[in-house]
Amino acid sequence: MGAVVVTGRGRPPRARVTRMKPRTMFEKIWEAHLVRAASADTPAILYVDLHLIHEVTSPQAFTWLREKNLKVRRPERTVATMDHSTPTTPRGRDGKIAVLDNAAALQIAALEKNCADFGIELHPLGTEGQGIVHVIGPELGLTQPGAIIVCGDSHTSTHGAFGALAFGIGTSEVSHVLATQSLLQQPPKTLAVTVEGTLRPGVTAKDLILAVIARLGIGGGTGYVIEYRGSAIRALSMEERMTVCNMSIEAGARAGMIAPDETTFAYLEGRPRAPQGADWDQAVAAWRSLPSDAGAAFDREEKFDAASLEPMITYGTNPGMGIAIGGPIPAPSNATAEKALAYMGLTGEKQLLGHKIDVVFIGSCTNSRLSDLRAAAGIFKGRKVAEGVRVLVVPGSQAIKKAAEAEGLDRVFREAGADWREAGCSMCIAMNGDQLKPGQYAVSTSNRNFEGRQGAGGRTFLASPVTAAASAITGRVTDARELV
Amino acid sequence: MEKVNLITSRTVVLPVENVDTDQIIPARFLKATSKIGLGQHLFADWRFDAQGKPKADFILNRPEAAGANVLVAGDNFGCGSSREHAPWALHDYGFRAVVSTSIADIFRNNALKNGLIPVVVDGAVHARLLAAPGGSVTISVEDQTLTLADGTRASFPIDPFARFCLLNGLDELDFLLAQEPAIAAFEKRRAG
Repeated sequence: MGAVVVTGRGRPPRARVTRMKPRTMFEKIWEAHLVRAASADTPAILYVDLHLIHEVTSPQAFTWLREKNLKVRRPERTVATMDHSTPTTPRGRDGKIAVLDNAAALQIAALEKNCADFGIELHPLGTEGQGIVHVIGPELGLTQPGAIIVCGDSHTSTHGAFGALAFGIGTSEVSHVLATQSLLQQPPKTLAVTVEGTLRPGVTAKDLILAVIARLGIGGGTGYVIEYRGSAIRALSMEERMTVCNMSIEAGARAGMIAPDETTFAYLEGRPRAPQGADWDQAVAAWRSLPSDAGAAFDREEKFDAASLEPMITYGTNPGMGIAIGGPIPAPSNATAEKALAYMGLTGEKQLLGHKIDVVFIGSCTNSRLSDLRAAAGIFKGRKVAEGVRVLVVPGSQAIKKAAEAEGLDRVFREAGADWREAGCSMCIAMNGDQLKPGQYAVSTSNRNFEGRQGAGGRTFLASPVTAAASAITGRVTDARELV
Repeated sequence: MEKVNLITSRTVVLPVENVDTDQIIPARFLKATSKIGLGQHLFADWRFDAQGKPKADFILNRPEAAGANVLVAGDNFGCGSSREHAPWALHDYGFRAVVSTSIADIFRNNALKNGLIPVVVDGAVHARLLAAPGGSVTISVEDQTLTLADGTRASFPIDPFARFCLLNGLDELDFLLAQEPAIAAFEKRRAG
């Protein structure tokens, strides 16, 4: 039943009662941010609540602002950090962090100057607030339900876990938001991904989203905003929800979102940038009206049974090429699939389980949060990494690094033979010094297995933190349930 | 932005599906702080071997690809990362249009802002383009048509506002800046 709007004074027995059309959460957020609705000739103009920027996709935008002699309209609505081209190697004896090369140094310096010149809050390398942009936003409480959040990064969809409309934009659009706090957008369609039931032990949020992407396909969500719904989604923690929403773009959907609930509010309450005191109560009351109304129509729905999901792993060169970890690699059905298997050095109809690996990467905006590190540490504890396997554990933020160290997780990783690093995107993007060598195989908790994504010629199997940790112990693709 | 309307060119055919923006320009080339000159890194890992020598069998390294401005690729072109460096690299290399059966959302938006026309055609027209690499095509932004050498014409969708910007060389930022009163009114409404 939709919301009821009563107009007029007093208690009108037969007053004009208008039943509003039931709306999806997406529609509510979209409509609340319309500076101007779309017309036949122009897209909608949307107001942006929070703009996150990093060093890689922002420098050109600031150049254009300077060329046009423009200011940043709302500098307090933009927050910057450094993550993509920054190193994650431990600090030197001088306490400094050595940047990979001159180009990276210039890019980092450009962000520092741009933030200083335009009055933007920056969490630079080497400071407590630094981390992956999609990790620090939620951590600081900047990411809030009902907001429109954008960033020059496709994994901005992560923030949708809080019931925000969050999507990646290009650098031209970064300049639009800096200058006008607004964006021109055509309305997307809505896709309900409904997951009912209970995940079985050993099956994680990462497996859930890899299964969704495997069914939708890498382009299957193009043109849509996904709302993840159902009992299995409601049962997820905030960190797990972020893992799910993070990978929406891997099915082509620019945004993925989950209705805010008590789990959301409990996560946000008391965070430094969340509303405080009476403002908090007011905010929560407003957030409670965000979930899609009963009977709201989605353009499309896909249903999943949580209990039937298995731990997942990818075998190909896009995140849609995923299988249950014990299953066979599908026989290639066309030239593109053949090209993918050739690149991966794999054969169709064979098992991936037991395949030898060289590297394990635990990190990225998908799986670098404290619960991910705890899950991996649970596997590493009392065990040793297989000989010849390089393992990188990279916390998503300096705050996570500190929290993990307070629990002694760093010791667990080190004693097992893994590298414990500084916060950053690290081996997910291979532009900061952390990367695969040509031909190497890696089990990675990141989000993309594209050719060369983790280093030219490198070959990536995407999986959950427990699958990655278990594979590190055996040196082969391993179902963590067999280890426990 | 320069005005864009008619593009007449031979095609370059890259019959690969799901070409992601990491292939169009690998991340290690994203450390630039300008958009100029990125064409040299276009499809870097497909174009060059580990020593930086051109791979003879890659289509862009073949003589027939020289001077062609229209890239025909497989389904779901431009998926993955939001890097605008991808359309910058394609445009800098000389491409003015990309033709596929579908094009990823963020890439399409980025392309339109840089004078690179995303042209989505149906499977039948696409199959004809794939079967005739190097064939001549004419793309009209004004008419929203792609015309094959034999005169067959296919229409393609394009956002009316993006089309207007392309035809008139208008920068979307200038349009948004002109909306300042509406933006200010929205901010006032919300604060109140």
